[in-house]
Amino acid sequence: MKRLFPILSVLTAIFLAYAFYQAWWVAPTDAQQGDVYRIIYYHVPSAWTAFLLFFINFIASIQYLASGKASTRTAAKWIVTVIGVAGVIACFLPPAQRLIPAGMRPSAVATTVLLIPIFYFVIGWLFPGDRLDVLAVTTAEVGVVFCTIVLVTGPIWARPVWGIWWAPGDIRLTSTLVLWLIYVSYLVLRRFSNSAQTELLAAALAVFGALDVPLVYFSIWFFRTQHPQPVIGGGGSMDPRMLDTLLISWMAFLCFAFLVCWSRFRLELLHREIEEAHAMESLGGAAAGASLPLSRSAR
Amino acid sequence: MTQAAKPAITVNNVVKQFGRFAALRGVTAEFDEGRFHAILGENGAGKTTLLRALAGLAQPTRGEISIFGKSPREGCREIGYMAHPSLLYDEMSGMENLRYFASLYGVADNKTRCAEVTRSVGLDPDLTRAVGQYSQGMRQRMSLARAILHDPRVLLLDEPFSNVDVHSAQAMVGLLKGMRDAGKTVFVITHQAALLEGVADEFVWMQAGQIVDRTSTLAREGLQ
Amino acid sequence: MNSLWAVTMATLVKDIRLEWRSKDALNAMLFFSLLVVVIFMFSFDPLAEESRHIVGGLVWVSFLFASVTALNQTWARELRNQVLDAYRVSPAPANALFLAKALGNFIFVSVLEALMTPLFVIFYNVRVLGPAWQLIPIALLGTWALVVNGTFFAAMSIRTRSREIMLPLLLFPVSIPAVIAMVAGTTSILTGEESAHFYLVLLLTYDVVFTTACLALFGTILHAE
Repeated sequence: MKRLFPILSVLTAIFLAYAFYQAWWVAPTDAQQGDVYRIIYYHVPSAWTAFLLFFINFIASIQYLASGKASTRTAAKWIVTVIGVAGVIACFLPPAQRLIPAGMRPSAVATTVLLIPIFYFVIGWLFPGDRLDVLAVTTAEVGVVFCTIVLVTGPIWARPVWGIWWAPGDIRLTSTLVLWLIYVSYLVLRRFSNSAQTELLAAALAVFGALDVPLVYFSIWFFRTQHPQPVIGGGGSMDPRMLDTLLISWMAFLCFAFLVCWSRFRLELLHREIEEAHAMESLGGAAAGASLPLSRSAR
Repeated sequence: MTQAAKPAITVNNVVKQFGRFAALRGVTAEFDEGRFHAILGENGAGKTTLLRALAGLAQPTRGEISIFGKSPREGCREIGYMAHPSLLYDEMSGMENLRYFASLYGVADNKTRCAEVTRSVGLDPDLTRAVGQYSQGMRQRMSLARAILHDPRVLLLDEPFSNVDVHSAQAMVGLLKGMRDAGKTVFVITHQAALLEGVADEFVWMQAGQIVDRTSTLAREGLQ
Repeated sequence: MNSLWAVTMATLVKDIRLEWRSKDALNAMLFFSLLVVVIFMFSFDPLAEESRHIVGGLVWVSFLFASVTALNQTWARELRNQVLDAYRVSPAPANALFLAKALGNFIFVSVLEALMTPLFVIFYNVRVLGPAWQLIPIALLGTWALVVNGTFFAAMSIRTRSREIMLPLLLFPVSIPAVIAMVAGTTSILTGEESAHFYLVLLLTYDVVFTTACLALFGTILHAE
């Protein structure tokens, strides 16, 4: 592990440099926006990375909440599997297909839905017990950073191109803002909580946040159809070379995010180990107690 | 008695930590039913934490507690808890408080039972004064009434006699003695151990998060 | 189920009785609500042509701030003398306590709204151009949306430092879709420019989703140390 990290860091740095090169020189200049549009290669990959991290946080939080009792654990596994299977099948049935927004293929939506159980089981396998909570903290913090980048680059891009800093009806930017607010409040709760069950409280808040996001999306979507607003980012198809650069950029960002998360994860584990060691020390002679497992609700 | 009574309460290597501080450091003990246990010790010895763990208000970091074979929260009907704060609403009268708590426990014949319990602690059920205006002695007695309202098998009382006049204290001791005689298991944390001499079946001494001694009289080398 | 309902009602009655007896808090909150309306009146010109378009927003923002002050002190009563411990130690279901608090808050905030609304109508000369009856379900669903999450997050804030500021910090982000629906719905009814149907459905969905989430997770919050 100790040698892997510096090697990966160097590789990631090279990858990021390559992505930068691609974004600045290789990708063609946009016909309408000129060179300003190149910020998209930071704006969009940051957004995708942030969403991915928050999604992982959501899955980890649900699992953490469910892992309390054996019954809830099994129930959660079944529910998640059913969602995956039913969701995939439903995407190909006519009634559901009408609900899918124009421009998205049913197979794309099906794949996204399938990700839910896949992530659930993979994360549950890779991060047992308390590590779920460590993962939750890590992804929340790093996610907020990337989300901040999105919210900063968004207006910077919008101003020269569309003449406005912000459009309240812009569904993507506004949804991102709400997501940012939710996760900042999540981090504040973690910091300010003096409960022994901070992890449970935070997990509950993450679930609330996750339930909130689709509702935000729909409320703004409808509002915008009634009150036409300028759309930042524009629709339309993309030059394949631009798409390539975007994907390269995203891969580089993912590597970087992975490194930062790994580092933060290790830091948090170390921090908890130190706390545990201090606690053990204060137990003094009661070393016999160390052999019993930590009871769930006290964590 | 041909066979030993099954222990009513077992505490199995219970550890309770608050961050770095260990309030309980591996407490193991068994307590029989129908006995009166006085818990003594210096401040910070872990007495309150132990009682709260028995009541199900504090989850042990490690170890287990079983009360009549169930966890404290599962067996909450059998437990009556009284703490240092009164656990009563200051703006309501004694009877109003009791009637509310009786509804939480689903006590049948709510009004009669509340009046009966109020009288048993030596207070007048018709008193309409708000609890916030009671004297400390009255408030403690009303708090005790709340704890015994649902006829629990185990009583957990945290410093019931503190700042209480002698008359009220003696009335409470008398009541508790009666409850022990009726088969209830009573735990009392107190700094006024003399009040319980001759009444308590056992004195449990705690120090630094552990039980260090269990005696049948107050005589003990060193302490108190 | 019987016990859930019985305990909920007993707790609700108890809370109303307590609220009635400590009228200071009630009066202070009513006066605060009045002040909010007046401040808005001075900040946003009521004679402007577009006032009808912004009244919806002003009304709901003022309700939001007024309800936060009410929500904050809901649990304060249970923390005095640690009465909450008495509830936690009892076999009474956690959800009964939640429902009772949420219903109590709902009643209380509705009272505040009922007092503030006429003031807005007067100061802003509000005339409803759309179907006025639709304002009632919007008000009911919207108030419940604020109150149900507010009660939940207020309970969460008990276990934090800076309790009073934590509640709005946690509540506002999650309430955004509800606020959008409330404001847009109210505006659409006042101006009569569009149907509020979608917003009503959205509020209903929001209420159902979050009431379920609160009921599912409240036990965990209540028993957290």
